[in-house]
Amino acid sequence: MAVAGAEIDMAGAGTLDRSVASNAATALIAALGISKRFGSTQANDKVDLIIQPGEIHALLGENGAGKSTLVKILYGALQADSGALVWEGTPVAIANPAAARALGIGMVFQHFSLFEALTVAENIALAMPGKLDLAGLSKTIAEVSQVYGLPLVPTARVADLSVGERQRIEIVRALLQEPKLLIMDEPTSVLTPQEADQLFLTLERLKSEGKSILYISHRLDEVKRLCDAATIMRHGKVVGHVDPRAETAASLARLMVGADIHVVKGRAARDAGAVRFALRQLTLPKNGPFSVALDHIDLEVRAGEVVCIAGVAGNGQTELFDAISGERVAASAGAVLIDAQPVGRHGPNDRRRRGAAFVAEERLGHGAVPVRVLSDNVLLTRHASDAGLTGGGWLSFLRKGAANAVVDRVTQAYDVRKGKRDPEARSLSGGNLQKFVVGREIDRAPGVLVVNQPTWGVDAGAAALIRQALVDLAATGSAVLVISQDLDEIFEIADRIAVIHHGALSPAYPAATMTLEKVGLLMGGAHPEKLDTEGQG
Amino acid sequence: MGLIEAILITVITASTPLLIAAIGELVTERSGVLNLGVEGMMLMGAVTGFVTGYSTGSVVLGAIAGIVAGMAMAALFAFLVLGIVVNQVASGLALTILGIGLSGLIGANYTGLRLEQKPPAIFGALADLPYAGKLLFSHDFFVYAAFALVILVAWFLTRTRAGLTLRAVGESHTSAHALGVPVRRLRLYAILFGGACAGLAGAHLSLAYTPFWVTGMTAGRGWIALAIVVFASWLPWRAMAGAYLFGGVTIAQLQVQGFGLGIPSQLMSSLPYLATIVVLVIISRTRTGSSAPAHLGVPFWPDR
Repeated sequence: MAVAGAEIDMAGAGTLDRSVASNAATALIAALGISKRFGSTQANDKVDLIIQPGEIHALLGENGAGKSTLVKILYGALQADSGALVWEGTPVAIANPAAARALGIGMVFQHFSLFEALTVAENIALAMPGKLDLAGLSKTIAEVSQVYGLPLVPTARVADLSVGERQRIEIVRALLQEPKLLIMDEPTSVLTPQEADQLFLTLERLKSEGKSILYISHRLDEVKRLCDAATIMRHGKVVGHVDPRAETAASLARLMVGADIHVVKGRAARDAGAVRFALRQLTLPKNGPFSVALDHIDLEVRAGEVVCIAGVAGNGQTELFDAISGERVAASAGAVLIDAQPVGRHGPNDRRRRGAAFVAEERLGHGAVPVRVLSDNVLLTRHASDAGLTGGGWLSFLRKGAANAVVDRVTQAYDVRKGKRDPEARSLSGGNLQKFVVGREIDRAPGVLVVNQPTWGVDAGAAALIRQALVDLAATGSAVLVISQDLDEIFEIADRIAVIHHGALSPAYPAATMTLEKVGLLMGGAHPEKLDTEGQG
Repeated sequence: MGLIEAILITVITASTPLLIAAIGELVTERSGVLNLGVEGMMLMGAVTGFVTGYSTGSVVLGAIAGIVAGMAMAALFAFLVLGIVVNQVASGLALTILGIGLSGLIGANYTGLRLEQKPPAIFGALADLPYAGKLLFSHDFFVYAAFALVILVAWFLTRTRAGLTLRAVGESHTSAHALGVPVRRLRLYAILFGGACAGLAGAHLSLAYTPFWVTGMTAGRGWIALAIVVFASWLPWRAMAGAYLFGGVTIAQLQVQGFGLGIPSQLMSSLPYLATIVVLVIISRTRTGSSAPAHLGVPFWPDR
């Protein structure tokens, strides 16, 4: 920290003009001229962020824009290379998260920092200073959750709770420390629309009590609805301090991305062809304590169609994907059909040979081997199903040249940015690796493509490209099945939408007849038939 | 009555090293570190304990030396897995191999010597009480140390903040780190505790169970202790049940051999190890999932 004494070093402040500087005096917290470098990446470059008391302040930016780094610096989990932090007019150094909590900064993490095997009360106790008193703490938890409309059972084990309930634990944990500033990292990315509405009520209530909230999101409609001020970041720099209510979603998006966002084209109504992929009464037991059993799943995907499966994380999406890809085989061959051939008892390679392709959710470790070069990763997934990649009959020598050609083709077609011609998978950024992994499968021109979370953690540009590729593939007569938690994505590309809840799948409804609200109700476990009658009534 | 009492007393003695080593490993594993070097640490505890006990004539000093030796081995392991983040399985196996070789070297000149001193019986005259007096109060201090360890560890893990934090680290070191918990320091303590227990367990073998030193005298007990931790699903009280089960099998096979049933003695001697395999198979078949700490064996790099 380049701060001497109580004097605020304004020379270090980057893009700050004088009027903003005067705001810093009344601010709850002001981060001035924050810079942080990781290796060759400048994650934060002279970033200014000023939050007033009692305001909900949005921090907007794409993945990789430097939001998380800035937040970690505010919360003491990272130290800035240069710049100053000013808390209520006094320069401070925040050495670690405990120091941040002592100042009055609470944090709700995007990827929950909860311990699954511990109870709600134990999880909260871990963040509370002083003597361990679980009985007394349980009482306090009950009180606070009552006041803020965040119902929780202190003795419940976290592993048994839904994502929304887990987020409540994080919020209650942060609130119990009576913070003046609450940092929320993408809080609605894991919630159903209804759960998100309830969260907004809680946040409004906190604001009315004079608490400040730093709200990190890339959902622009939420930010417009909720936030009083916004700081927008791009490539590690602040590109604007704006009033989100005075902006349009499009103008905010333009600031975030630096260009207009690509809209998926070619979703004209198509005549669906023959059924190319089907699940018939697919049932699978749990295979672990935190796993979900699949319950008589029926689904058909026709040629030329994109079918999306929505659902809150942890409702059986992983299990469903494993059952479809053949990583777990079904009890009967007829449970999974690819082009009418029963493959339920076959492994992934047999299913690939029959024209299917699969993209797993976890790109690094599941979709690609991190320490292997891209051409090896092409061989690993496609050696058994693609004739050109191996030669020499039963010896099946690997053809490195053919694999390199695939890498080049995918690189070209999907704009994969990388340092070398054939780098290790782990050296690619998330968005570029995802483009490669999806491209690697589409490159086979599969008859059936199944993708789990096609654009999770991917920047908007790459996401748009991937979605377009999926729609284009369907237009060539393939059947495309997408499992996603991103409702915007689903409504953008789906012809039909089904919802998975507790391992059971709703019927797939035409996208045109679905609304956000209806999907949200199904995600929350509403019964499809009841929903239908309500829809008619 | 006399025979049953004698058998029970030998079961308690045979179970004690298993229990002490298992409790130590249980704490280490609860912190998310898998130390497969229990066997090596026990051997080092056994040889150091014997050499010290023989030289000083004090069993207590021998036990302390055993603890220190176990901790020294554990410190080496901690340097490998926490300091330079080497694979835990490989480091643990290497630790066992090192312990086997090094203990043989240190003990080369002590093989065949016999320790005359007996460990002090701390309850003295209470052992003369009628009925259960002998069964309850005639043991050496290792046995009571083992009981005390179970109670202390069970209390520590569930009732104290430090114990809660330790469990949290084993569940998710990333989350714990985000909360500002000193992950590596806690793991270091847990590893050292595990080493101390393994050293004490080894010292019990060479100072009390069989008061002499033989190369490789732990005879796989370190591995059984590891199995007991899994059997116990990482709970201290169940570890005690597991240790007594395995100790019981050890004694039972000796007794059966004594009856002369004509079963090859080699087969009988292998019973405890067979029992370990059978129990592990049954556990992994019947439980839908293990209750292992989620980050057990996962290397941790702080992101700073």
